[in-house]
Amino acid sequence: MRKILVGVKRVVDYNVRVRVKPDGSGVALEGVKMSVNPFDEIALEEALRIKERGEAAEVVAVSIGPDDAQQQLRTALAMGADRAILVKVTDAVDPLVASRVLTEIAKKENADLVILGKQAIDDDAAQTAPMVAALWGRPQATFASKIEINGATAVVTREVDAGLETIEVDLPAVFSADLRLNEPRYVKLPDIMKAKKKPLDVVEFASLGVAADVGLKTTFVEPPKPRAKGIVVKDVAELVDALKKKGLV
Amino acid sequence: MSKILIVAEHDGTTLNQATARAVTCARQIPAAHVTVAVFAADPAAVAAAAAALVGVDAVVTVAHAANASPLAATLAPQVVALASGYTHVFAASTAFGKDLLPRVAALLGVPQISDAMAVVGAYSFKRPTYAGNAIVTLEAPADRTLVATVRSASFEPAAQGGSAPISAATVTADLPTHTRFVGLSASPKSDRPDLASAAKVVSGGRALASKENFNIVYSLAGKMGAAVGASRAAVDAGYASNELQVGQTGKIIAPDLYVAVGISGAIQHLTGIKDAKTIVAINKDPEAPIFEVADFGLVADLFVAVPEIEKALG
Ligand SMILES: Cc1cc2nc3c(=O)[nH]c(=O)nc-3n(C[C@H](O)[C@H](O)[C@H](O)COP(=O)(O)OP(=O)(O)OC[C@H]3O[C@@H](n4cnc5c(N)ncnc54)[C@H](O)[C@@H]3O)c2cc1C
Ligand SMILES: Cc1cc2nc3c(=O)[nH]c(=O)nc-3n(C[C@H](O)[C@H](O)[C@H](O)COP(=O)(O)OP(=O)(O)OC[C@H]3O[C@@H](n4cnc5c(N)ncnc54)[C@H](O)[C@@H]3O)c2cc1C
Repeated sequence: MRKILVGVKRVVDYNVRVRVKPDGSGVALEGVKMSVNPFDEIALEEALRIKERGEAAEVVAVSIGPDDAQQQLRTALAMGADRAILVKVTDAVDPLVASRVLTEIAKKENADLVILGKQAIDDDAAQTAPMVAALWGRPQATFASKIEINGATAVVTREVDAGLETIEVDLPAVFSADLRLNEPRYVKLPDIMKAKKKPLDVVEFASLGVAADVGLKTTFVEPPKPRAKGIVVKDVAELVDALKKKGLV
Repeated sequence: MSKILIVAEHDGTTLNQATARAVTCARQIPAAHVTVAVFAADPAAVAAAAAALVGVDAVVTVAHAANASPLAATLAPQVVALASGYTHVFAASTAFGKDLLPRVAALLGVPQISDAMAVVGAYSFKRPTYAGNAIVTLEAPADRTLVATVRSASFEPAAQGGSAPISAATVTADLPTHTRFVGLSASPKSDRPDLASAAKVVSGGRALASKENFNIVYSLAGKMGAAVGASRAAVDAGYASNELQVGQTGKIIAPDLYVAVGISGAIQHLTGIKDAKTIVAINKDPEAPIFEVADFGLVADLFVAVPEIEKALG
């Protein structure tokens, strides 16, 4: 296999608890810590391991985002990606648009495999991998917890509600990484220095000829309903009593 | 009128309760006509179960040998072929629905609304983002098929007692052979209730410290007639199997009672339990964030408290 494409989305760090703006127009993102979507780190780690086993020649990291997403791509390069592509957009894109872009790039690059995250932890849509697979006309293996490449095919174990499902797909294909696929490596300082010299191409979204509008409008953003304040019980007897009173045990 | 097609989820014989919850969501759309589609090798039993749901107007079956395993790549073109003539295509937001529907949406060239949690109008829904910390209202154009997955925890299952007509449909679609089912390693079946739909759930976290110790959670759940859940840390460590993970990237549940044992209450975990009616937390750290959402908090060592609770329950 020659080439693996990996999605690298810039998202609010998973430790940040976001606040909704009082006017309902969105969430306050000014000055908030941004990171690589954790599932994309897992996707990239898997691509790197496939390459290190000698089963792929090149790993390319792709992000669709603002100029600042170059930071996340540099992180991907420091982890070990060979090069990076930033498709520059000013506004957040819908998963369908992100999928059109990723499909264009997969075709242009002649990718043999695309590995994305199971979901991005900001919008939690979990749509992009199946959408790219559909638009590209290729197999999908979502929620992957084990990937085995056998030449022109791959065997993937998937985390499904009934347990673990195994499927076999012809390559090229699109996979989405689940939590148990691997543990991503830590970036070391010398790698950060090296990453500065690796190629990072910036492509204008408009140059791809991809339709930007999907017609979905966000009309309001609100915080979730708060839970009523609870009590701390002093011991097990009080707890069991309280639950019995509510008819719960 | 909205004509809604719901893709049934099943294991070949039993209709998943998540589909009955999607029916409830569909019924909240004004003037809805609700059809459940059963794709299977032999759809009879599942179709009968779907027809018995109150609120279902029709059941269509698509029998095909390739539908013996739930592969998105083979199902999606069939759903697309069936979708013409419908205004909405729904499925539950389960592993099955999350795998299938985005592929359907992309083939139809339309966006998808993931995890619909409230119906605002026929083309407007609320959904959670940022681990449930921002609820977004989305509006889709009325001149295109609306594709959505339905968040199970937000809707009660439709009641039994319906008698919708069942008809067989044939769809013309090219079924790809590039994706092949190899096998399912199902977690051992137990008499315990199913995590996704259980009225009571007992979950264990990293504090359990070993697979053997996790039996404390199973034992309490058994006593209470509860399903078992786990935090990501407990699943990652191998104390519990993957489908038991509760949270933003696991299962989102809404039981009447949720008991968190040795779980700190990270935002990713809390997303999964926010809709539980009563939350009980047992943690030895009084500062643990789980206490912020708990209706009843017990600051105690779980290895002492949990056996005591079991004893108190008799
Ligand atoms: C408050 C709010 C308001 C919004 N308003 C609008 C709006 O008005 N209009 C609109 O069109 N959308 C809007 N969005 C949608 C949102 O920005 C995108 O839909 C979303 O970022 C893409 O979905 P996702 O990342 O959850 O996709 P997922 O399908 O969950 O992503 C899965 C994987 O796909 C890959 N991937 C996805 N996106 C990218 C990317 N950009 N670069 C590289 N890889 C990627 C990654 O590998 C990722 O792990 C809004 C979102 C929020 C939270
Ligand atoms: C991308 C991403 C997705 C994630 N998705 C999820 C998800 O879906 N679900 C999820 O749960 N997590 C998820 N997480 C992980 C989450 O951030 C936390 O790391 C995880 O929930 C912690 O699990 P825990 O509470 O069991 O462990 P810890 O945070 O280690 O908490 C253990 C708790 O047990 C208490 N304790 C220790 N010993 C005892 C004792 N003897 N008696 C009583 N109490 C004791 C401690 O005080 C502590 O509060 C995700 C993280 C990321 C980055």
